[in-house]
Amino acid sequence: MKDVKCECGHVNPHGTVLCEACGKVLDEQEKDNKELLDMRYEGSARRSQTYNKTIIDKIWNFFSSVKVGVWLIIIILVASIFGTILPQEMYINLPPDIYYEQEYGWFGKLYYQLGLHDLYGSWWYLLLIAMLGTSLVICSLDRVVPLYKALKVQRVTRHEGYLKRQRIFGVNTHIDSTDMISVKKHLKERRYHIREENGDLLAEKGRFSRWGPYVNHVGLIIFLIGGMLRFIPGFYVNENLWIKEGETAVIPETGEKYYLKNTKFILQHYDKNKDKTFEKAIEEAGQVVKNYQSNTVLYKRVSKNLPGETPELKKIKEFKVRVNHPLTFVGYSIFQSSFRSELKAMTFNLTNKKTTQAYGEVKIDLEDPKAKYDLGNGYSVEILNYFPDFEFNKDGEPSTKSRVPNNPAFIFRMTAPDKPKGETSFVAIKQTIEPFGENQYKMKFQGIQTKNVSGFTVRKDSSLWVIILGGIIFMIGVMQGAYWNHRRVWIQRKKGQVWIAAHTNKNWYGLKKEIDTVLTGTNIKVPEDQLQVDNADNHKDKGGV
Amino acid sequence: MAAISSNLLFIAFILYLVATLFYGGSIKANKDLNEKKGTNNWGKIAVFLTIVGFISQLGYFITRWIAAGHAPVSNMFEFTTFFGMALVGAFIIIYFIYRTTLLGLFTMPVAILVIAYASMFPREITPLIPALQSYWLHIHVTTAAIGEAILSISFAAGLIYLVKAIDQTKSNKRTFWLEIVMFALIAVLGFVAVSSVFSSMGYNEKFNWVDKHDNQVVLEYKMPALTGPHEGELLTKGGFNPLVEMPAIINAKKLNTVIWSLMAGVVLYGLIRVILRKRIASALKPLVKNINLDFVDEISYRSVLIGFPVFTLGALIFAMIWAHMAWSRFWGWDPKEVWALITFLFYAAFLHLRLSKGWHGEKSAWLAVVGFVIIMFNLVAVNLVIAGLHSYAG
Repeated sequence: MKDVKCECGHVNPHGTVLCEACGKVLDEQEKDNKELLDMRYEGSARRSQTYNKTIIDKIWNFFSSVKVGVWLIIIILVASIFGTILPQEMYINLPPDIYYEQEYGWFGKLYYQLGLHDLYGSWWYLLLIAMLGTSLVICSLDRVVPLYKALKVQRVTRHEGYLKRQRIFGVNTHIDSTDMISVKKHLKERRYHIREENGDLLAEKGRFSRWGPYVNHVGLIIFLIGGMLRFIPGFYVNENLWIKEGETAVIPETGEKYYLKNTKFILQHYDKNKDKTFEKAIEEAGQVVKNYQSNTVLYKRVSKNLPGETPELKKIKEFKVRVNHPLTFVGYSIFQSSFRSELKAMTFNLTNKKTTQAYGEVKIDLEDPKAKYDLGNGYSVEILNYFPDFEFNKDGEPSTKSRVPNNPAFIFRMTAPDKPKGETSFVAIKQTIEPFGENQYKMKFQGIQTKNVSGFTVRKDSSLWVIILGGIIFMIGVMQGAYWNHRRVWIQRKKGQVWIAAHTNKNWYGLKKEIDTVLTGTNIKVPEDQLQVDNADNHKDKGGV
Repeated sequence: MAAISSNLLFIAFILYLVATLFYGGSIKANKDLNEKKGTNNWGKIAVFLTIVGFISQLGYFITRWIAAGHAPVSNMFEFTTFFGMALVGAFIIIYFIYRTTLLGLFTMPVAILVIAYASMFPREITPLIPALQSYWLHIHVTTAAIGEAILSISFAAGLIYLVKAIDQTKSNKRTFWLEIVMFALIAVLGFVAVSSVFSSMGYNEKFNWVDKHDNQVVLEYKMPALTGPHEGELLTKGGFNPLVEMPAIINAKKLNTVIWSLMAGVVLYGLIRVILRKRIASALKPLVKNINLDFVDEISYRSVLIGFPVFTLGALIFAMIWAHMAWSRFWGWDPKEVWALITFLFYAAFLHLRLSKGWHGEKSAWLAVVGFVIIMFNLVAVNLVIAGLHSYAG
């Protein structure tokens, strides 16, 4: 394709609409048009507007279209709404195939069947995001390079057609040199950068705001890449860790190098007598939690990691892990995320059913029950079988679901001087079965002891800095584009007159006000806003609304 | 301190009301003055009152902060009130850029409605749950609210544009939808009216009902129950017996409030129509006679440009930083997060459409209206209807 040489001598790339140097209209179709110029991207030659032959051209052109970009935004927007109708999979505490139907009936079932319960992790949602990312890159590249070139090579002296067809335009027959000096002074005061050539003047400021959109798009791309890095193994760790009070556990995904001890879990509520300000609100709400806290100690293993051997630990630091105050070390963060109470011990009393006389207390450590408890005087209790998390299995046999004492049950053999062979009894919570006929003794339930278990989230996010960087660049770009304007004012001698034209990429009211101030105290006529003159005419035609 | 605080808020509210009247006056007076440049005396008084009201509300904010020991942005009442204040603040800033009192005439009633709506929620000072105990509460919530407030100014400007640009002589889709917007604003007034009336009567009735997990629960209504809870049994003697019983999945109490508000809205709207004998938008038309369409369009666009970065910073960036510390992940697809993203995407689309498709003027004004609807949805519906991690804000 041939480059286009303008009458001013500048060689423009094929597809240029307005000469990069002087602004003359090069596009044949545009030439005789009397309307205001379309100043977007300075009328530069964009790849997407110029080539449409190969497959690559077609893909490029598809993604370079802002229309496609906006459609992608809107599709993602609408899709996202669907994900907020019902809670997403990660916020429910039952298997999804049960939860949705149980909670929301047929609608819930449909929601689950359509896969909307995991909308944001679905392949098509990620594909949409990926397409938007592609659109961001191609849209930006398609525009930023020619725009940069056009703004760089622009000359002070502009073509007549270019000036005339600016939105702000005015003609003066003559300008005093004193007026000109004053205008220049005012423009400089308002931080315009002034260039002069053959008595023509171009005042320009805020050009860098034109790069704002491209900068923020770069930021977004970096942000999205940061999000993608998570899928690389080892970049992202997200594990739950439950530690009972007084116990030490290895921190997952640290190569068994770090250990955490939970010294104590603390749960505090607001006290309406102490926190007087909140008295009313507390009365209404019942109880309001003030603090979830785990006092912890972080250890590092100093011995070699040998299976079966107790590791040698070195204390690194003590830390009170609270909500909003995670414990951090070498890239890991440990958050206080939940807690629960677990049964620790149960106490029974060996009792004669008839006389209700007690022969001694048995305290059973639910994590480590003894096989036999000797109560003296010939009385003893043996634990024949222990089910920490009791249930009847499919065959109707007693069994245990897990090692966690959620629902402990025991088979006791109670021995007394008058029952040397012992009596057998099955004891579960609120339930006693005597399998071999009526017993004389029973294990009378006395009480329970609980202990707290802290729930931590262990997190490592090595891609975080990429995401932060992307966020910062995005914000800089958005502010750059939104809070500054690219303004240009041309004062040029044409046909023995002095023409004034002005352009801004946005915020025309501000530009007009600025021109007013720049021209005050001179005899120069304030240029008109051609768009508004047009509109006013239109309104008159319609009978002045 | 808490008492001083509520008095200051009340003063601010009254001042905003009076200021609105003066804004109206400034427009009427301007007609006679034949569009002289600059603000007339009515307008100057209106702006003065607005600023005094804003300072008074700032006083409310500070004194309540001192009383509570944390920034008063932690529940529905506090947040919505703050949003109202931010709206007034945003208007003051935009006013000093563009110097048009007409914008005040359209913004102040919205701010007043927002604050009135806020005060229908429990006003006690609430303690902070652990997740909220962070200085990011102040930074994230206030920045997000200020961003939303500035974006809302574009709605006010868009409304002016539509009132002026839409031909009211024949009815069509545009007149219909504009009137829907007007009705929506009246319906908020309806909610405030019914809530105030029933609460001043001290109305309440209790039900025994069965929730979706088959639990027996007691529920208290503050308005007569048109829609009763699932298998509800009226406990209060002389209470109103529900007309319809709702299934357990639907929150009958909230639906009941919505129905009452809409009914009150319809009544109020009907009354206004009977008095005006034309559409509200049509009745407002003479007020906007002297404004230039391009000018309001630019105000609308400028507000989006100013508000968008602030909103992004507050509602997304700061939100992510805080979420990372409180919930251990910076993004978790919680409904409030998603709706912040939706708002962000919407305004991003707005800016792109304006830039590349040349959606100026009326199209842009409609978009500003839709944007405000999304912001309101995020404020009201997401907190009250869609439960999520942010539901404590309700």
